Amino acid sequence: MESNIASLEARRLELWYGRFQALRDISMVIPRNRITAIIGPSGCGKSSLLRCFNRMNDLIPGAIVKGEVLFNGRNIYAAGVDPTEVRYRIGMVFQKPNPFPKSIFENVAFGLKVNGITDNLEEAVEQALHRAALWDEVKDRLLKSAMELSGGQQQRLCIARALALKPEVILMDEPCSALDPVATLKVEDLMRNLAEEYAIIIVTHNMQQAARVSDMAAFMMMQEDRAGALVEYGPTSQLFTNPKDKRTEDYITGRFG
Amino acid sequence: MLSGQLNPQEFPVGESFSSLRRIRQWSRLREAVINRLLFACALVSIFTTIGIVVMLVAQTVGFFSKVSPLEFFTGTKWTPLFQPQHFGVLPLVGGTLLTAGIAILIALPIGLASAVYLSEYARDKVRRVVKPSLEILAGIPTVVYGYFALTFVTPVLRNVFPNMIVFNALSAGLVMGVMIIPMVSSLSEDAMVAVPRSLRDAAYGLGATRLEVATRVVMPAAVSGIVAACILALSRAVGETMIVAIAAGSTPKLTLNPLESIQTMTAYIVQISLGETPHGTVEYYTIFAVGLLLFIMTLLMNLFSQWFVRRYREKY
Ligand SMILES: Nc1ncnc2c1ncn2[C@@H]1O[C@H](COP(=O)(O)OP(=O)(O)OP(=O)(O)O)[C@@H](O)[C@H]1O
Ligand SMILES: [Mg+2]
Repeated sequence: MESNIASLEARRLELWYGRFQALRDISMVIPRNRITAIIGPSGCGKSSLLRCFNRMNDLIPGAIVKGEVLFNGRNIYAAGVDPTEVRYRIGMVFQKPNPFPKSIFENVAFGLKVNGITDNLEEAVEQALHRAALWDEVKDRLLKSAMELSGGQQQRLCIARALALKPEVILMDEPCSALDPVATLKVEDLMRNLAEEYAIIIVTHNMQQAARVSDMAAFMMMQEDRAGALVEYGPTSQLFTNPKDKRTEDYITGRFG
Repeated sequence: MLSGQLNPQEFPVGESFSSLRRIRQWSRLREAVINRLLFACALVSIFTTIGIVVMLVAQTVGFFSKVSPLEFFTGTKWTPLFQPQHFGVLPLVGGTLLTAGIAILIALPIGLASAVYLSEYARDKVRRVVKPSLEILAGIPTVVYGYFALTFVTPVLRNVFPNMIVFNALSAGLVMGVMIIPMVSSLSEDAMVAVPRSLRDAAYGLGATRLEVATRVVMPAAVSGIVAACILALSRAVGETMIVAIAAGSTPKLTLNPLESIQTMTAYIVQISLGETPHGTVEYYTIFAVGLLLFIMTLLMNLFSQWFVRRYREKY
């Protein structure tokens, strides 16, 4: 297994929403085949950072990104890079399950269709559903609306939808916050499996979850002017058992009681 | 919890308590009066509708005692004012559908494109200016549109189609199309803006372009609102009177050629209502039969639209 090879790298990344600076000077290397967790108090910029990794912030009027995000060594913010291609190769799963009001099949096929990959559509859809551990639950009702699935199933469908494009990185923004413990465990298992092939970055408020699933962990906090900054970043075991920064320790122990 | 809430237990029992009760009785009385008043207002419009329908039906029954329904619904000549009289309503229906069809052909693409632009592409500032400007189109008096069609659009079009009649279906239909653009665009845009951000994010996250997000996610998700908007616009076009009366002519003719002069159902009703046709004659009764048919046509469209909206209600 290849490890510790950079998949994504942020270099002096800064983000503004209009005049408000939301991220300051973030530099971090995200390894391949690992799960990287981003933790920190609400509003510190975790989601904003995640959205910088696949240029989703481009869609917010007034958002300005400075610095670089290297993806396989290439800056995704360089002139001439097509943001839709970036998003196609770096998948995203959102906090609330957001399936399209279409059939289960169409949900998974959507990304393939808009990117013009229509050969063996059925095979690709089936494969993605298998990898998202959803196939057995939906194989007899692929043409039924995705809205009829349970929340946990919907979230796995959203993961399948992202997987269908065979992305190299998957960004997950609190993917389990709308799920019950059983569904959460299912998604976590799934993430562990997926990490064999992908780099996964997960934002989570759940310390236990971060400790359970991640290999690397990043702790973020707001500075005085509310701009988010990286406080500490390192192997999860070290960050949770032997944090270098007092603020990391306070946050983690505070959360654990 | 300290102020603003009238909790009787916190009041000293006695005078202030009973005054509180008086206030309550008053407000209950007021509520009852308001309730009745609003109900009465609602009744006015219901009774008006019932009155119109009863009047139309009664007069139409009189008409059909003199003209056979078979001739009315299948005949292809409409000459109630000339000898020999023919009472085939199809030319009028055809004229109505022709102009309305042209109008929808114009309003649908332009209206939907405007809606997509406003909801998916335009910056907030642009939208705040463009949307009300578009809606002004709907506020222009239709008589102005009618003369615009006759005195501007027709001469221009006649440069392109030299054999076009002065009073023709094309000019009227085109101008009517412009008039109903804001209906299509404004209501469709409302439906599209209501589609949650999370669905757009999902599509963008999968590498969709803005246009793909608009056409493959937002429009399908808003389809019930969009169809309702289009049907509303269509029924407005079918019922539109002034433009067609001024610019489309008064020659009932069953044709698909938009360069010809035609007559719509509404224009015919205007012609008879304003003309010197004596009351009580068959000719006079025709307007009630035509009017009832028009009413039924738009009613069916509205029923269809309501059914469609319920069937395909946004499920996001
Ligand atoms: N679209 C936006 N426009 C303006 N400001 C924004 C926008 N999105 C986020 N912000 C601001 O940026 C800061 C970081 O927000 P972000 O959503 O990234 O925080 P977060 O760490 O994900 O919080 P949470 O844990 O509550 O999800 C907040 O102060 C927020 O108000
Ligand atoms: Mg967040």
